[in-house]
Amino acid sequence: MSRKTAEAKAVARKDITYAQWIRKEMRRNWVAYLMIAPYVIIFTLFTIVPVFLSAVISFTDFNMLQWPNFVGLENYINLFFADDVFLIACKNTLIFAVIVGPVSYLMSFLIAWFINELSPKIRSLVTLVFYAPSIAGQVYLIWGTLFASDSYGWINSILLETGMITTPIAFFQDADYVMPLCIVVALWTSLGTSFLSFIAGLQGVDRSLYEAGAVDGVKNRWQELWYITLPSMKPQLMFGAIMAITSSFGFGGVVTALAGFPSVDYSAHTIMHHLEDYGGQRYEIGYSSAIAVVLFLIMVGANMVVKKAISKVGS
Amino acid sequence: MAKLRTRKHRVVLSRSVGGDAGITFILTLLGIFMFLPMVYVVMQSLKPLDELWMYPPKFVVMNPTLGNFKDLFTLMNDSWVPFSRYIFNTLFTSVGGTFGHLFIASMCAYALAKIKFPGGKFVFKTIQTSLMFHSTVTAITSFILMSAFKMVDTYWAIIIPAWGYTLGLYLMKQFMDSSVPDTVLESARLDGASEIRTYWTIAMPMVKPAWLTLIIYSFQSLWNAGSSIYIYSEQLKSFNYAIGQITAGGIKRQGASAASTVLMMAVPILVFVITQSNIIETMGSSGMKD
Repeated sequence: MSRKTAEAKAVARKDITYAQWIRKEMRRNWVAYLMIAPYVIIFTLFTIVPVFLSAVISFTDFNMLQWPNFVGLENYINLFFADDVFLIACKNTLIFAVIVGPVSYLMSFLIAWFINELSPKIRSLVTLVFYAPSIAGQVYLIWGTLFASDSYGWINSILLETGMITTPIAFFQDADYVMPLCIVVALWTSLGTSFLSFIAGLQGVDRSLYEAGAVDGVKNRWQELWYITLPSMKPQLMFGAIMAITSSFGFGGVVTALAGFPSVDYSAHTIMHHLEDYGGQRYEIGYSSAIAVVLFLIMVGANMVVKKAISKVGS
Repeated sequence: MAKLRTRKHRVVLSRSVGGDAGITFILTLLGIFMFLPMVYVVMQSLKPLDELWMYPPKFVVMNPTLGNFKDLFTLMNDSWVPFSRYIFNTLFTSVGGTFGHLFIASMCAYALAKIKFPGGKFVFKTIQTSLMFHSTVTAITSFILMSAFKMVDTYWAIIIPAWGYTLGLYLMKQFMDSSVPDTVLESARLDGASEIRTYWTIAMPMVKPAWLTLIIYSFQSLWNAGSSIYIYSEQLKSFNYAIGQITAGGIKRQGASAASTVLMMAVPILVFVITQSNIIETMGSSGMKD
């Protein structure tokens, strides 16, 4: 008798209450609790507790030195009504996420789809080319060299040679260029986990579905994509979306490395930078916790919305 | 359609030459965009001084030299804390963090995937939800907790949080779900093997791709870790941070900086080349069902 049917029988029993049954099941599976304990304790301490602690501290004026006082919604009110830089950061974060998230998601999917039918050897080579920038540490710093502010920068020298400009452009010090350039660099490093997940998902689509589709009148590859491929890899699409969204909110490091901190006129200042500024440098923990809570809500909210949307694919 | 039916044995049915050409074209353009900067780093690292300062700058190196790598090592030897210390720090935290994570997370993944117990689903749901936010959100409150545990400015501040890395557990659990058949575990249990024994001797050998993936993800993020807000002693800082300090020396260290980037990126790329097929296999079960 398998475990599943055993349980089904246990549930059907009338002689014990549900609570009693739960207690019995818990006692019977004590090993499972033992096995998850080490991970769950660490996960709770460093992921769950910090989230709730942030929420609590965000209502105080904690600064690491004095005992915190309860200040109600003051931090949130200051954040949205008195802190102009925060509003700039919000705007930049949203622009960043709205462009980088979907574009990197689409790019990951399309490239994975394009290379799906190549021979395995070539496919793994192409995968490496596209995936490498996302794992190669701080290699994105090379964009700083390509777009260097003097005439020795590659882009500047080309523009000078062709006569399109007469003086070199200080790309990463110019508020007009910082944001678009950081977006390009972020996209460049964005073909990560979701890309690999899509490659694997496409490989896993049942081949016979395509043949059946052709018989049923699927005419071109776009129809094939919409009616067969996408519905059969929905779980990967879901996972990939979450990976893409979460990382599209987390590109602060790229901006800091290329444009400095703070970036000129806060032109690429994101919520993440704001958080670091108040939490890591000014030790206004209460205020920065409010920032963290807002960022948390934005990220989880965006993920929830997109998850809903994807669950509608092909249905 | 008639034509297609006669070739029914072929898997690829609905393709057009124009479409193929278009896709190849887009793919090539994107490939160039992705690859050129990588090539440029390598080129820069091999350029002698006069080529780094040539106007107009050339993309390709003409007289390749290893001088920049030599410069980098000279700069390393001049540093206040011996460079071997930084390398040790990064290796120690990477190895300690990765193996702890592998052991703890795979054990938890096994229980969540293969044992039905009250609360199991809830635990996994919670872990899955945490994929939805970036760890910077929790960085500052983690700092407070770590100071309470007296972990700040020790190796533990890097190692222990790495054990609780979420993506590794998620991928491991999904992979166990799809590639460890219940019947095999069932017969082991009937033979009287304990759950821990079944996990270690039966399930673990079956999920080799997943633990390779988990090792690589964890190692990569620890290897690439730069300065951390949890560490302020110079002697405990990472290799990546130290390299950054050297190359932050400005424009005159451009060559050494490129050389260090090449060294730092070589490791993760090489590891990926070796393990790619395993990672892709693991990703096959990465999908999220609800």
